[in-house]
Amino acid sequence: MAKGLSKSFKKALWVYHCNSGSCNGCDIEIIAALCPRYDLERFGIKLVGTPRHADVLLITGPVTKQMEDKVKRVYEQMPDPKAVICVGNCGNTGDVFYESYNLVGPVSNVLPVDVHVIGCPPRPEAIIMGVAKAWVKLETLEAKK
Amino acid sequence: MKEKTTSKTTYQLPIGPIHPALKEPVMFEFEIDGERIVDVDVSLGHVHRAIEWTGMRRNSIQIIYLAERICGICSISHPMAFIRAVENAVDIEVPERAEYLRVIQCELERICSHILWAGVAAHEIGFDTVLFLTWQMREKVLDLTEYLTGNRITKAILTIGGVRRDITKDHHPKIFETLNYLKDNFDKLRHIFLDDKTFQLRSQGCGILRYEDALKLCAVGPTTRASGVKKDVRVDQSYAAYGDLDIKHITPDLLTGQVNGDVYDRIIVRLLEIKQSVELIEKAIDQMPSGDLVSEPKILKILATIKKTNGEGVGRAEAPRGEVIHYVKFNGESEHPYTWKVRAPTYNNILPWIPMLKGEQIADIPIVAASTDPCISCTNRVAVIDGNNNYELNKEELHRLSVEKTRRLMK
Repeated sequence: MAKGLSKSFKKALWVYHCNSGSCNGCDIEIIAALCPRYDLERFGIKLVGTPRHADVLLITGPVTKQMEDKVKRVYEQMPDPKAVICVGNCGNTGDVFYESYNLVGPVSNVLPVDVHVIGCPPRPEAIIMGVAKAWVKLETLEAKK
Repeated sequence: MKEKTTSKTTYQLPIGPIHPALKEPVMFEFEIDGERIVDVDVSLGHVHRAIEWTGMRRNSIQIIYLAERICGICSISHPMAFIRAVENAVDIEVPERAEYLRVIQCELERICSHILWAGVAAHEIGFDTVLFLTWQMREKVLDLTEYLTGNRITKAILTIGGVRRDITKDHHPKIFETLNYLKDNFDKLRHIFLDDKTFQLRSQGCGILRYEDALKLCAVGPTTRASGVKKDVRVDQSYAAYGDLDIKHITPDLLTGQVNGDVYDRIIVRLLEIKQSVELIEKAIDQMPSGDLVSEPKILKILATIKKTNGEGVGRAEAPRGEVIHYVKFNGESEHPYTWKVRAPTYNNILPWIPMLKGEQIADIPIVAASTDPCISCTNRVAVIDGNNNYELNKEELHRLSVEKTRRLMK
């Protein structure tokens, strides 16, 4: 972990957060991770307003039918190299909503997910860990070029 | 629903479902003349997860955890309303101590939610320093929540017939430490939100909801109280231990002596409610009697009683955003409810957006929309549309369907 990170601190990582039908639990924990207690911004990680500026896609929620094409469009708008982090149990497995008729998810049915962050909702520490892992993945992709 | 009336002078502006100003997927269609909003249409349904349908395939204990996940912010209010509906249907008496513990948990959630809202409101007008300040305060309350329940967001503390964890004397120092911290910082928060010129300029006279409109559109919670309508389930039909705790309606005239129904008034109401909640928790801890936590500790026994029950129940609770109602009906054949119906507060607070937003400027859309504290994940409904995005069900058909459903339930 530390080895990958030390190399990666050279550039800032921009994150786009996309809600695909979540209950807000994960979303408020993501914002909590950016706020003073956990302060992700000290690492240069910040939320951006458009997927076109983003390196990492944080996706919450189990992907409802209405959101499927929108989520795909967000992913396609992101420049390469990119990583997808799926935050929360419902995006990873369906969780309590697993048998619902209106879900296309889990997220891995729609997008290639690189990092799974589990928990309902995961703690901010877990989300930060997820972003750090995505960072390592992006660095490896860059190194291969 | 709205007819396309675009002429040369006005133009259409769609916002959403994915947009940086929106925290959740919802779609607005504005009709705009220059910078002024002429008309608004809201389309919902992007977060529809079929929770009621799923609930009818699970037993009541499982539904508590499903109800928690209707909305991550109201994760006490929804189970609270559901549990009260079940207790109403099955006639379960809740021990008095449990009622007080429920009040403490509900009020902690209200503090968290209102502080969270204050931060989001500040963010919407571009005042991010205040977002960070308020969320720093919120972390303290979350710490206390975690200390008392074991979780930060989804607490899983309520159960049918009581609560799952006690608050003992050992917990008191930490509780009072947090409450004192909130009281110390309350004046700071009030000073920022009510005396700061930026806030006053952006919120006074903006997004006005008149008293008559609030009544007519059945707005609930702080949105309606800010317009002067005295409506609060905790007072009007007090549940849990609220009846013992001397609680009053919070309206903006308590502080300023007048009611305008604008965004500023909604800020006042929420700030005063934070203070009220702190006092309620203190009183509840002080007056809490000793006794049992649950009426029946064996879950299987409760489920067996539910299986034999043939009847319906309604549960009402005052969520941070307003009144939430759950309706359950058991048919005496299985542990699964025959019907489970949820009416979340934002459902009522969506229509008031239209009088609030009409005549406002584009730049005021985020703060006006955020001022009702919308929670889209609570609100989503199915809409049947055809290939051209037109609604397939009209008013008469919806009415026929609802009459049929009521007849089915009456059987």
